[in-house]
Amino acid sequence: MSLSSSLARPAGPGTRRSPAAALQAWLPKLVLAPSVAISLFFVYGFMLWTFVLSLTNSRMLPSYEFVGFAQYARLMANDRWWVASTNLVVFGGLFVAICLALGLLLAILLDQRIRQEGALRTVYLYPMALSFIVTGVVWKWLLNPGLGIQAMVRGWGFESFTFDWLVDPDMAVYTLVIAAVWQASGFVMALFLAGLRGIDDSIIKAAQLDGASLPRIYRRVVLPCLRPVVFSAVMILAHIAIKSFDLVVALTGGGPGYASDLPATFMYAHAFTRAQVGLGSASAMLMLGGVLAILIPYLYSELRSRRHG
Amino acid sequence: MNAFKKTPFVLAASLAGALSLSSAHAAEVEVLHWWTSGGEARAANVLKELMEAEGYGWQDFAVAGGGGETAMTVLKSRAMSGNPPSAAQIKGPEIQEWGELGLLGELDGVAEAEGWDTLLPPTVADIMRHDGQYVAVPVNVHRVNWLWANPEVLEAAGVAMPTTLDELFAAGEAIREAGYVPLAHGGQAWQDATVFETVLLATAGTDFYRQALVELDPEALGSATMIEALETFKRLRTLMDDDMPGRDWNIATSMVINGDAAMQLMGDWAKGEFTAAGLTAGVDYLCAAAPGTQDAFTFNIDSLAMFRVEGEEREAQQALARLVLEPTFQEAFNKAKGSIPARPDLDMSEFDTCAQRSQEAFRQTAEQGGLVPSMAHGMAVRADVQGALFDVVTNYFNSPDLEAEEAARRMVNAAQAVL
Repeated sequence: MSLSSSLARPAGPGTRRSPAAALQAWLPKLVLAPSVAISLFFVYGFMLWTFVLSLTNSRMLPSYEFVGFAQYARLMANDRWWVASTNLVVFGGLFVAICLALGLLLAILLDQRIRQEGALRTVYLYPMALSFIVTGVVWKWLLNPGLGIQAMVRGWGFESFTFDWLVDPDMAVYTLVIAAVWQASGFVMALFLAGLRGIDDSIIKAAQLDGASLPRIYRRVVLPCLRPVVFSAVMILAHIAIKSFDLVVALTGGGPGYASDLPATFMYAHAFTRAQVGLGSASAMLMLGGVLAILIPYLYSELRSRRHG
Repeated sequence: MNAFKKTPFVLAASLAGALSLSSAHAAEVEVLHWWTSGGEARAANVLKELMEAEGYGWQDFAVAGGGGETAMTVLKSRAMSGNPPSAAQIKGPEIQEWGELGLLGELDGVAEAEGWDTLLPPTVADIMRHDGQYVAVPVNVHRVNWLWANPEVLEAAGVAMPTTLDELFAAGEAIREAGYVPLAHGGQAWQDATVFETVLLATAGTDFYRQALVELDPEALGSATMIEALETFKRLRTLMDDDMPGRDWNIATSMVINGDAAMQLMGDWAKGEFTAAGLTAGVDYLCAAAPGTQDAFTFNIDSLAMFRVEGEEREAQQALARLVLEPTFQEAFNKAKGSIPARPDLDMSEFDTCAQRSQEAFRQTAEQGGLVPSMAHGMAVRADVQGALFDVVTNYFNSPDLEAEEAARRMVNAAQAVL
């Protein structure tokens, strides 16, 4: 009882609430407090620490000798960083766009009241249950010119068939897109399918009564209704793209050379294996900046339009 | 070094852990290493038994992951929290970095009693010292510049073991015509760098190698000699197969074992794969110095660095350092690992022919000045410079349109850009 009476005190002298009511008012805050404190410390606190480290000359272990923005300057002069950043734009853009398009198409096709829908849905959704490491290894074998698809088609007699993106420095980054799309598009399909099922039938019936054709109904009625789903899907896919690390490690190892490096693998290599904690932190901060630059305007426009709409 | 002082809490926690695990031993050493593959783990076990025979406890702290990257990450977090292990597998210039942080303890007492100054070749002893004091003990010596070959494939192609790079290219053509892959290789940055440093040694010699990859002289790095070495290095690509990117080194070795490929340029840890396949050195597989590097020996030395500890743990740590260099462990460990003992005075008659030749070359090059540290294996420069050089080498090797001049220019930048 002493706990609840001490908690009742902040309620102020003017309010005459029973201790139990006060406890009820404070309980949610009390229960949430540890997780808030933990995320403040482990997420925002460490972000801040990373920023501080990015301004120092930390090498193997953190040091606090400040060198201003020298690490950022070094990063800008680093070829490998630019390769990694360009790759992220290519990989992230294609991954999100193809997943959305493919997911929507699959969802619309599955939504046609076909037989065995449940089984088909499971088939498409299962890749999501695999870890990216498994996906990476499987596609590494499939895409290996000497073992996988190329060898198989050549075995069928098409001797001139070539599909060697995995070992081609210019094309390696697209193999990441293939594997990631294979894994995630089923999940996007499930999101869209749920969205499609949530659309009120009467709206579609009304459009049909007005004489709208099927493609027109989809374009003008169904797609606008799916806007919140697109929002969630983009959020989820974008963060998968930016965090991609395991897929690169398993599929290409960043190679050939460092042609398929992404910022996450760059950061890991420098901060943890090359004794350049300062440079690694600087690259982590730029990754964070990139995420914010995409997310803030998008969140802002989405949330604002929802409030007005 | 206030930040690294043991906090009472950590001390209490580790004490509690030690007590609950083994209350029988008075003094214990905790050794962080990544000798986790079959043969290596057995070899590390020999050390454990030797320690236990003297009444000390051994707490194994093995962190898997071939290159030791994971182990180093674990070690850093342990060191930062003020609770480092008694000893850890640290090598080359990294010993100096840990030494500069003031975390390593000296071994001068053991070194003097055991006569390490006379036992170890000066090149090896220098690496083990920080500020003139011994802080680490060498476990083994790997030779990196080896060429491994499958004699049946060589015979089928009608060529002999090449001794120069020109012979290697000529043999490669014949092997290719006979339907085999001339040179097995895995397209990973460290493997590219391993082949590169061997080619540089062959085309430019040990003095230039030292200038460029150890002293990082910008003139040498950007010179015509370097450009020529880079061009030769890229020409080697014609001897390799197209599927190599990302391949692990042991898969490349198994190509030689299975007779798909004729040769591989790799350090002597490759021998472990041949041995595991039940092959005999000199009969089922051949070893020779990499073409053009007969008078050189690129070394890769594993060592155990000793952290600053106190009391009984220190006593056990000193015993560990002594036992590591004793013949029993040196012989058992190096037979399993494919390397040679760090002390040249041991009897090599029980080792295979490749190890005997390695030992011979080690002694000879130590006298004649052909003993050089391996850049690709972290013996020549610090991790940051090494990483920057890896980037240049692997990018150049894998980009068909990148010119050698440009790569040499980037190498100069890479060596200078590191703070």
